Amino acid sequence: MVKAHSDREDPGGLELRLRAAASAPLHGLLLAPLRAEVMRVSGRNVTVWPAGQPVTDPEHAPWEEGARLLARLHAVPLSALPPLPPAGGPLRAARAVNRLTGDSPAEKLVRQAFEGLPPFPESPGLLTHGDWHLGQLVHRSHWLLIDVDDLGVGDPAWDLARPAAWYAAGLLEGSVWERFLGAYLAAGGPAVDAADPWSRLDAPARALTAQLAAVALGKALREGREPDEVEQSLIEACGRIVGLQKSLR
Amino acid sequence: MQCPKCRGNMRTYERNGVHIEQCDNCRGIFLDYGELETLTRMETQFHAAPPPPPPAHGAPGWGAPHHGGHYGHHRQRSWVNMLFSS
Repeated sequence: MVKAHSDREDPGGLELRLRAAASAPLHGLLLAPLRAEVMRVSGRNVTVWPAGQPVTDPEHAPWEEGARLLARLHAVPLSALPPLPPAGGPLRAARAVNRLTGDSPAEKLVRQAFEGLPPFPESPGLLTHGDWHLGQLVHRSHWLLIDVDDLGVGDPAWDLARPAAWYAAGLLEGSVWERFLGAYLAAGGPAVDAADPWSRLDAPARALTAQLAAVALGKALREGREPDEVEQSLIEACGRIVGLQKSLR
Repeated sequence: MQCPKCRGNMRTYERNGVHIEQCDNCRGIFLDYGELETLTRMETQFHAAPPPPPPAHGAPGWGAPHHGGHYGHHRQRSWVNMLFSS
């Protein structure tokens, strides 16, 4: 399988991430490239990967397996890996929100939710995937993480923040969220404290809520339609975030 | 008071604030005005599902109220797409 990478990515960073994915400590956790080098094809950065079976049925998605892979990824000592750039999560969220330039009430709400974020807690600086969702799992004799584009040193709570944001928006069932988080904690995942996971999850989950709402709203605007029920629930979550910010002021 | 059906003797009971007249002979029951509604309401409360337990790992102050799962979303295309994309 050949992957063409976005032009905005710094090719130096991609090279480092690719080298980490090919290294022994990530074997069995992250899909290793067929060639540990970035190639140029028609002016684009391209990497080559073995094919795997993606998740097809969201009703029977391997949430626990994904959580355990993330827990193991976060536990890999950085000293065992080639040097890595910062993980891409925070930049990705900022980019998504910055793409909204209109002045509609919904757009303002999403920007407000993002701008009022609490300061991110002191990052433990661990290996972080940077953009985790169910599309980042493939099966080849067992489940593996894929996609190195945002892999790096960061706060691993960002890897749990997208499901956390879905849960907080009322989209992901509580029982599924608890299965995911429970499996992460049972596997010794270091991103959150078992006694109070939301103390570390809160800030990145708010950021992801704003990011997801921005992406959803942008899509609805491009397609010239009102946000659907699912998209609306993310905008409403931004509204609750802003409401909470105001009540604390 | 006599039972209007079999002329037996009616005895008065009080259960949870509801007056019940029951015939000693045919066991027939008489309710005063509004008492059937009171019983129906109590029965509904008795059979209503208990409130869902609080989430084991907490939830943020800005989280949506979860009423035991929003199954309606599950087949929505935009939700399924969101599960799989950046």
